[in-house]
Formats: sequence, structure tokens, C-alpha cells
Amino acid sequence: MNANNQFDVIIIGGGITGAGTQRDCAMRGLRTLLIERSDIATGATGRNHGLLHSGARYAVNDPESAAECIRENMILRKVAAHCIDPSDGLFVSLPEDDLDYQKTLVQACRNAGIRAEIIDPDLARRLEPSVNPDIIGAVRVPDCSVDPFRLCAANMLDAKLHGGQVRLHTDVTAIIKEGNTVKGVRTHNRNTGEDTDFYAPIVVNACGVWGQELASMAGVRVGMFPAKGSLLIFAHRVNNMVINRCRKPSNADILVPGDTVCIVGTTSSRIPLEECRNVAVTPDEVTLLITEGMKLAPRLASTRILRAYAGVRPLVSADDDPSGRNISRGIVCLDHEVRDGVKGLVTITGGKLTSYRLMAEIATDLVCRKLGIDKACETAIHPLPGSEEGSYEEVAKKIWENPTTAQKVAASRLGSRVSRIRTGDRRDDALICECEQVTMGEINLAIERLEASTLTDLRRRTRVGMGTCQGEYCACRAAGLLAKAHGCIEKERADIDSFLQERWKGNFPIGWGDTLREAEYTQWVYKHVLGI
Amino acid sequence: MQYQEYTQSENNFEECTKCSICTVFCPVLQVNPLFPGPKQAGPDGERLRLKDPGFFDATLKYCLNCKRCEVACPSGVNVADIIQSARLHYDQTPPKLRDRILACTDLMGKMARPFAPLINGVASKELPRTLIETALKVDHRRIFPKYGSRSFEAWLRRRQKEQAAFPLQVAYFHGCYVNYNYPQLGKDLVKVLNALGVGVQLLDKEKCCGIAMIVNGMRKEAVKNATHNVSIIRKALEKEGVKVITTSSTCTLTLREEYPALLDVDNADVHDSILIASRYIFECLEKGATLKFRPDYHKRIAYHEPCHMERMGWGIFSERLLRMIPGVEYMPLDSNCCGIAGTYGFKKENYDNSQAIGAALFDQIRAVNPDIVACDCETCKWQIEMSTGYSVLNPISILAEALDTN
Repeated sequence: MNANNQFDVIIIGGGITGAGTQRDCAMRGLRTLLIERSDIATGATGRNHGLLHSGARYAVNDPESAAECIRENMILRKVAAHCIDPSDGLFVSLPEDDLDYQKTLVQACRNAGIRAEIIDPDLARRLEPSVNPDIIGAVRVPDCSVDPFRLCAANMLDAKLHGGQVRLHTDVTAIIKEGNTVKGVRTHNRNTGEDTDFYAPIVVNACGVWGQELASMAGVRVGMFPAKGSLLIFAHRVNNMVINRCRKPSNADILVPGDTVCIVGTTSSRIPLEECRNVAVTPDEVTLLITEGMKLAPRLASTRILRAYAGVRPLVSADDDPSGRNISRGIVCLDHEVRDGVKGLVTITGGKLTSYRLMAEIATDLVCRKLGIDKACETAIHPLPGSEEGSYEEVAKKIWENPTTAQKVAASRLGSRVSRIRTGDRRDDALICECEQVTMGEINLAIERLEASTLTDLRRRTRVGMGTCQGEYCACRAAGLLAKAHGCIEKERADIDSFLQERWKGNFPIGWGDTLREAEYTQWVYKHVLGI
Repeated sequence: MQYQEYTQSENNFEECTKCSICTVFCPVLQVNPLFPGPKQAGPDGERLRLKDPGFFDATLKYCLNCKRCEVACPSGVNVADIIQSARLHYDQTPPKLRDRILACTDLMGKMARPFAPLINGVASKELPRTLIETALKVDHRRIFPKYGSRSFEAWLRRRQKEQAAFPLQVAYFHGCYVNYNYPQLGKDLVKVLNALGVGVQLLDKEKCCGIAMIVNGMRKEAVKNATHNVSIIRKALEKEGVKVITTSSTCTLTLREEYPALLDVDNADVHDSILIASRYIFECLEKGATLKFRPDYHKRIAYHEPCHMERMGWGIFSERLLRMIPGVEYMPLDSNCCGIAGTYGFKKENYDNSQAIGAALFDQIRAVNPDIVACDCETCKWQIEMSTGYSVLNPISILAEALDTN
């Protein structure tokens, strides 16, 4: 044991819950370490709609979650401004929907403190021209879209700025226990092959759906009940407001505009825990998503689909009920010392993307109580790095006299942190990803400052490869930069291969028309031109 | 499993597979690194602009709307339309006075005609041109087209009766250039068509096709002209057997393709009846009509296919007509943009790029050393004449010149 591997708290899981918890702990002065098996936001964090709920969706069935959502929504608009597109949302009723539900919804929203106004369908059609013209009713609510990758990266970065340490691509192979007390974790770094032990009086399990596995390493049981949700990404923004179906939550009834695309989803089906690591979208789900999506915005019927993907909701049985009868979508924070008699282990799970900050606060409060630290949470007051200064236009104007499109787009992605991008030189300003306008400077920043070590890591931090070409040109360009940074070409060859395989995985379920044509073209480029 | 029956997007921007062939064919990109290129300015940029109109890039003004990207695109993406649409919808800066003056070819023609000799005289002098450059940023090296003192409309109106006597009739969309600057081309058309037994009518007060307004950000004015023109064309077509004929490739492309694509003016019912004269004449000859040519006509003619002619795929008609003239030694020129693109090349900031784009064409013309350059576009004509000294004639004028009317 030495000072280098001794921490106050070790957080396992680099999703938004883990990153948020590390930030909170670090801001309260704790020495923190975050360990993630693969990369940030690889689980449920990065595999959802990217919807920052107003809470309206939950208002009728789960007023408590709804109230949580609207409070967090309002906080995150301020502290995570550069990750959020305050687009507002509509709940629309189609002729086959019961208009009485609209009344129920609006009443429930008001009870939960959510601004929900019934608007004329005509006004709704004007506000959001892509909406189904047949709507008979519309309610406007403060839904937003949020970039979960950016949000996660900003939390991790802030934790680092507060002295936190991060180990990505690192497995926890064992929990180190002395008697009934957790002392630390044994880890294996996938990139370097190194095995290291880290010690801390508290270990926080923020592994989402994989939390059951981690808990079992410590000899305690956390009952997860994973539910798969599938979504479709369309190749451009059809809508600029979130469109929800005004009925009891059901399949494919939310269409969210997210950055340059829009996303319809989700489906919901329970799956066994063993299947969580490799979920695939089925043809039936694609059919369901297209047919239901078309009812929200008819244009989806003729809009190119970019990808299909699925995520796993980390639903958890509340409290001590291991049977799963009492499944909660709410936040679950388990103190295993009280619950199971295992000291030094805390599990934070359940909840949702919108309430990640609150989950982190609850977990950190518990950690601080255990460590005897009396310091208030400040994550709701201090903006995340990037969100300190106004709109992207203001940010860009401060740096460049006449910002180019690429510079404006970079400012919209990074907020005030855009000033850290090296620029001015023709090489730094050269575009790596043309679809999403990512420059070499931005890629290098992500490699140097945001812990990106693979192409997929880069994609999550910069949107490289997320555009319509799906890595056709940018993958090999970005790979060149990674190879240079790591001084290793062979590893990058394998990296390109796995990146393109992962892109193809998302193309495959919707592999027809232009998406297939494009994938075929990409294959020519890589196989026949580049010989990879 | 249900598939989408078809996918389609505005100007097909989403059908782009990012192959970048358009980038290779863009003449601007080769001389001006400030231009982001057709792919980035077009389909790539469109996705960003849909997210936030603030991502509009002012450098899109460097696109000269030659549409060579659209010809090159294997995926049917209307790249130039995407760019010009974006300029019309997202550009917040109002058009400059200079651009307004350059764009209002109709109004300028009307005002200039009565003072034609004076204006022609002034515009050909160095000092006034320098003053114009200082005041309006119109390049002083640019030579202006001369104005005629009598309009083509007035000329044809006086011959309405004799034209009405022909068994077949067409309506002629002459455009601003023929009307105000070069009525001779209109007269040449009348001569050729009359020889085919076709009489020429005027449309009911045509207005400028509006292309110069479109590319100079004057959407409202362009829509007004388009709506008017489509309605008078529709009226003319109601008369049995009439087609609408043009002699300018750019007017033709604007009337047929730009109205619906850029201005949302529906022309579906009249679209197929608007033809450039060379295509119409070719079709008449295919159907059995004949033209008799002078035995003493001998010319070496190099044909430059204007970009917009190439976009329509119609250069073949002009080529076939020229080769039909017995005394013509026909020499095709390589597919190149001349660089002027209407009002584009008049602007001081574009002059050098405009000339650089055209350089390959100019060099080839000099090397070929023809008697005449043939070309279906008036602004190409100005550019080639100014830059090479060779005289340029519309294929219709060459037909008229070679025609044996005895």
C-alpha cells in the first residue's frame, strides 16, 4: 500500500452516475478514483434517447420521479448548459388517443410542479412543422435534449480538475475485503496489461445493470432486472422539439432531436442478465419503431435511418425485495453496512439520466457521512467545465473574429472549453470528420485531456464517426492521430477494425437503401483502397 | 419486417454517400481555399443548419452555382441547390446595393435603353470603370455588355401579324440579354424558326427569369418574377401546340429547375414544354423539317458547352445542329467552367478567381484558334470575348448566318 493507490473513495462505473458521483466527491475535497471497465458512457448512459425529461412522462404514474425530474431539469439547464438543447417538448394526442388522458397528464404535471400548457393543435403544428398534422391535442412541456457523452465527459473532467483520478479500460477483478470490511479493489488494465490494487475506505458501486455482478464480488446481492430498449437514429433532425405521444407510456412514443440527428424509441422487453453485454435490435423492433414513429412525425417514413441500437435499463428491485415484484424506476441507494453487514460498500443505482446529479448527491452524502465529513453538495451551483459562459455564439465570438462553421460547431460541443483547442495552424484546423465538423485540434484535445484511447472513445467525446458516413473517412484519419499519440500503428489497425465493426453493428438491422449503399462504399474504401 | 418504401430528403441531401466526387469537380475549390467545397457546404452543412441556422457559413457566397457538382454526383444529390437554398434561407445579411443593381437586369435594361449610346460609351472608358469599382466594388477590368437602343420586344411586336401567319407557333422567352443588349440573337432565332415554318410570339410581358436575384439573396423579388413567368407561360401553353422556346441556357434551367427547387414555385405542368431553341429545332428536323445552308459558308467553330447546358444534358442538341452545317469544321472544347457565372465574375472580390477558373478554357480556345466560339450562354460569351478576344456566337446565330434564304 502506498500513497499512489490510496484514496478516500473508489467509484466503480464510468457511466453518468459514476462520473457524477466522482465529481461530487471530488468537489467535497475527497481523494477519488473512478474505475471503468471500458469507456465512459458505454452502458445505459450512452444508450438512450438523450432526453432530459421534464418529468411529464412520469407525472401520472410516478409523481415522485416527475418532481425529481423537473427540479434536476432546471438545475442542469444552468450547470450543464453546453450539453443541453432547451428545445421544449410536445405531448400530442392522435385521433385514436383518449383526450381525457391529456387532462390527467396536465393535472399530474401541475401537481409535480411541471409547467404544462395545453396549446392549440394549430400552434403545435406551427411550432413543430414535422408533427403529425392529424393531431387533435397538444401539451407543451419543458423537455430538453441532452448529449449524454458530453455530460459524462464534462463530469469526469471536472472531477479531474478537482484532483480526481480516472482509470478507463480497467477491470475490477476482485474486491479486497478484510473480514466484513471492503478495503479496496484489485484491477486489471486492458490497455497496459497491468494489475494494480487500489485502496479506499469506501467503494461506490455505480455499475448500473452490472452492479449485481460487482456486488456479488463483495458477497452481497443486488437484484437487477434488466429491460432492453431499442431505438432508431434518423440521419438528420426532422424535429426541433421533443415529440411525445400523449397516452400511457408505451412503445416508440418519444421522438427526440439530438445534435444533428433525431432518435425514436423505445421498445421495452425484459432480458436475462447474461444477455446485457451484447444486446441486438430485432427486425420486429425495427418495424415497431418505424410504424409507431411515423405516427409522431410522418416524415420519418421517408427519412434515412442511420443506425439502430439498444440499451439496457438498470431497473432494480427496491429495498430488500429480491423477487423483483417491487421494481422501481426511482433512485436506489444501498448502504451495504446497514443492509448486509458489509462495511465500506455503497451501491447507487436505478434512477435515470435526468436525475444523475441527484443520485450522485445522495451517494456522496452517504459517503461523506461514513467518512465523517461535513461538507455540502455544490454540484447544483457550480457549472460544469464548458458551461461557464453563455451561448456557443458568444463563446466563439470571444475567440475568433469570424468563426467558421467548424469553429462554431466546436463551440457548441465544448462550450467555453473550446478555447483549449489548438487552432490557427492549417493542420490544427484541418477537418478529420466532415459530417460533424471535427477538427484535428479537437481530436488531439480529446486524446490529451479527455482520456480517449480508441476511436470509439473519440466518437463519444467528439462525435467523430457519428455522421451519415459512419466513419467512412474520419476513422482512418483519426486513427492516424491516435497512432501518433500512442506511437503504435499495429494497435490502430485493430482499432479501426473494431470501430468499423461497431458502426456496422448499428447499420445492420436497418441495412437497406442509402445506409446500405454507404456501408458498401465504406467497405470498398477500407478493404480495396486502403487494404484494411 | 417492414422496410421504408423509399427515402427522400430536401434536394436529396441525405442521399449523399460522402464520396466527394463533387469536390473534385468543383471549379471554385481549385482556386479559392476559402470555399468549403460542395460537399461540406451542401449536404454536410445542411445537417448542421437544420440543427441551428447559426451554423450557416458566409463563405457559401463563393459557390458560383455552375452545378458541375450535380452533374458529377452519382447519388442524385442537388448539391448546388442545397447551397443556394441555404443562402436564400439562412443568410441574414441583406444584399448589398451593388448586388441589387447587378441582379435587376430587367430594370437596368429598361433604364439604360434610352441612353444606350451614352452608357455604352461611359462603360467602356477606364476612368468611369475605376469610379464604379470604388463606389460599388464591381471590378474595373470587367467589360460590360453593351445596351441596344431598341428592345427586341418592340422589334417583334411590329412583326406580330407576319409571325402569326406561320402554320406552327412558339412563344419565345427571350430574357433580358436579348431584349436589352443583343436583340440580334432574337432576330436570328426568328429567322431560323421562320425557315422551318414556325412563327414566333412574345409571352404576355415576361419578366427576368430571376437567376441573378436568386444568387444575390433577393428571394422575395425572385419569387415574384417566377410566379409571374410561370403564369404567363401557362397562359401561352393553353393555346394549342405552342411550346416556350429560349435561347439562354441559364434562363432555361432557371425556368425549369430552379423555380421549384429554390423558390418553391410549382411549374410541374409547364416544365416539359420549356425548351432551349437548339433542342426544339433539332426535334423539328428529326420530324422531317429541313434547313438549307449556304454553300459558301466555311467556319472553324469551337463549341463551349455552358455549365447549365451540361446540367440539363442538352449540349448534344447544339452540337448536332452545328455539325449539320456543311461548311462547319466542328471542334468540341473540354468540359470547363468559364468562371463568370452571371453576376459572380463582376464582383471585385471574385474577379481574380473567376479568371483563374476560366484559364483552362481560355488556353484551349487560344490553342484551337477557331474562327468563332459557339456557346448557348450570354455571360459565358462576355467572359470568353473579354478574356480571349475571340468572338462568341450563340449556335442559333451561327445557324442563321449559315442559312441559305434565297
